[in-house]
Amino acid sequence: MSSQARRQAAATAAATTATAAAIAERGSATRRPKPYRPGQLSPRARAASYAALLLFALIYIFPFLIELGSSFKTDADAANNPLNPIPQHWTLAAFHELGQQDFPRWFANSAFVALSVTAGRLLFDSMAGYALARLRFRGRGALFSAIIAVLAVPGVVLMIPKFLVLNEFGIYDTYAGMIIPLVADAAGVFIMKQFFESIPRSVEEAARIDGAGVLRTFWSVVLPMARPALITLTVLSFQGSWNELSHFIVSRQSPQLNTLTSGVATLVSGQLGQGSQYPLKLAAALLMTIPVAVVFFIFQRHIVRGTQGAVKG
Amino acid sequence: MTAGSSPADSAVRRSRRRHRGGGIRGHEAAAGWLFTAPAVLLLVLFLVVPILMAAWVSVSDWTGQGNPFSGAAHYVGTKNYSALLTRDGLAREDLMASLRNTLYYVLLVVPTQTALALFLAVVLNRRRLAGRGLFRTAYYFPSVTSSVAISVVFLFLFGGAGVVNTLLSDLGANGPTWFADSNGLIHLLLDKLGVHSAPAVLANYGLLGQSWWDWLSGPSVAMTVLIMLAVWTTSGTFMLMFLAALQNIPAEVEEAALIDGTSPWQRLRMVTLPLVRPTLFLVLTLGLIATWQVFDQVYIMSQGNPAKTTLTPAYLSYAVSFNDQQWGQGAAIAFILFAIIVVLTVLQRFVLRTREAVADE
Repeated sequence: MSSQARRQAAATAAATTATAAAIAERGSATRRPKPYRPGQLSPRARAASYAALLLFALIYIFPFLIELGSSFKTDADAANNPLNPIPQHWTLAAFHELGQQDFPRWFANSAFVALSVTAGRLLFDSMAGYALARLRFRGRGALFSAIIAVLAVPGVVLMIPKFLVLNEFGIYDTYAGMIIPLVADAAGVFIMKQFFESIPRSVEEAARIDGAGVLRTFWSVVLPMARPALITLTVLSFQGSWNELSHFIVSRQSPQLNTLTSGVATLVSGQLGQGSQYPLKLAAALLMTIPVAVVFFIFQRHIVRGTQGAVKG
Repeated sequence: MTAGSSPADSAVRRSRRRHRGGGIRGHEAAAGWLFTAPAVLLLVLFLVVPILMAAWVSVSDWTGQGNPFSGAAHYVGTKNYSALLTRDGLAREDLMASLRNTLYYVLLVVPTQTALALFLAVVLNRRRLAGRGLFRTAYYFPSVTSSVAISVVFLFLFGGAGVVNTLLSDLGANGPTWFADSNGLIHLLLDKLGVHSAPAVLANYGLLGQSWWDWLSGPSVAMTVLIMLAVWTTSGTFMLMFLAALQNIPAEVEEAALIDGTSPWQRLRMVTLPLVRPTLFLVLTLGLIATWQVFDQVYIMSQGNPAKTTLTPAYLSYAVSFNDQQWGQGAAIAFILFAIIVVLTVLQRFVLRTREAVADE
């Protein structure tokens, strides 16, 4: 395996862990001492910085405020006053209507698929990552290179191929077909391997001397120490499978198997922005955003705490 | 990889033999294969096998009926590829239109998102900044949100009488009907300059079935919305990567530059940029790979319309297979897209490596 593929893999993994790294970096950044230094920003430059930051914050946040406010509007209100995020007449009509449609079913499907995929990835990625980092067996290097080569395949290219294989195995249009292919996750194996290589060997050796087997060492000693990496993987997997669209387009066709992404996509597609019922669509978009946002904000703190714990241990 | 069972068997055999000797290594070898087996099996079944299957379908005439691997499809050689690349016709026209659209998309999205991400990171990295965490979360939040939810919001924002057009009319400008406008930006610009129709030299000659006038259209107004959406959603992720890199620069480096009496602009160009170069290259590479794959937004917002100006290879591959049932051609488009991404990545790496070598001398 060439060093090129290896670098590409490192790049991909770096991208997927960017979230985690940036979250963890928050802690260290605030602890750094901040001495007064002459030659810093002039007051005018400082004001310009804040103005730029605020302007961009507005650009990044305002669409979400529109989404939030408009989902409580009436259809006419949303059409006539699109720019004002505050409804003139507050109404829950959009949410009531979503409740009567298939929306709750889509939500349940998304939750089931995302949780299954996350659980599967946590187990299989950490097992494979541990073996590749610590267990010595023939073919380990080749195996790792193969996994990295797989990382380099762009996901969109696999849409048609995945449909073909699901069809061939007879699991097209089933939950199995929606979940199992997403559990295959080379990037997660890579992340776990990197993490296991970073923890000291001495703990495992102590467990071995105490007579624990490989499985026991892995399950009771190594895995609990891998908490920060497991949380990172949880966030990435949940977010990835909750937001996944293309796989659910090619792996199913029955409306009962729609997830939030594929369901809401059918709700809006083909209208070229001319369609009506915007409060309904925006309410759907709002509701599907909430779970990933919650996961992100909860685990953001856990990741910081987790890395600190690992350093202390 | 596909022959995963035989090395596994031999590993188990080997492990038994060693185990009799009482070594701990034998256990380890068996456990090693056992631990990696599920992940490897899944990757083989859902990544390697599908690619092989698609390779066969791309040289077959399968129409979606019956099983393509037992008689329902026939070998047609490179017919699907030549229809897409060398023969005149609708298939090539569509593929070339999608390549043109995506080329403009990539050319606008990658530099813009990289520059914006770097700008935000540099400003956020200043010391004594109040509310840094808040700003960072604000910029990053779009990256966490699903492409479907964001597409819905953008459909509303850029609707005919939507948020953006209301804002523009408040400012005294007339917004376009974003999603229905297939005019290319370069064509519109030329129109302003007095060139109202294609000059003969551009209209009568062309490349791969499209006239030069069509190649040089620029992104359509509708595509511009997808471009803005992409920049808006991905710049936050890349900003975090730049921010991590910036925080690895020791304060002493900047202080030394300060003592040397450099201006802020000089510090950015001569000190900061060279030090975040690895991250810059990473961001460019990731951006390049991701933008060529754009699918979700096209599927939700435009389906390639208006006038095929938001068609992308990924969406075309899907539509040709699932809607038109021309699976051979759809699979061939997927492989062509794969080849483009691989070639561009290798090319970029090659260019960067030679430049680095020059810089080192």
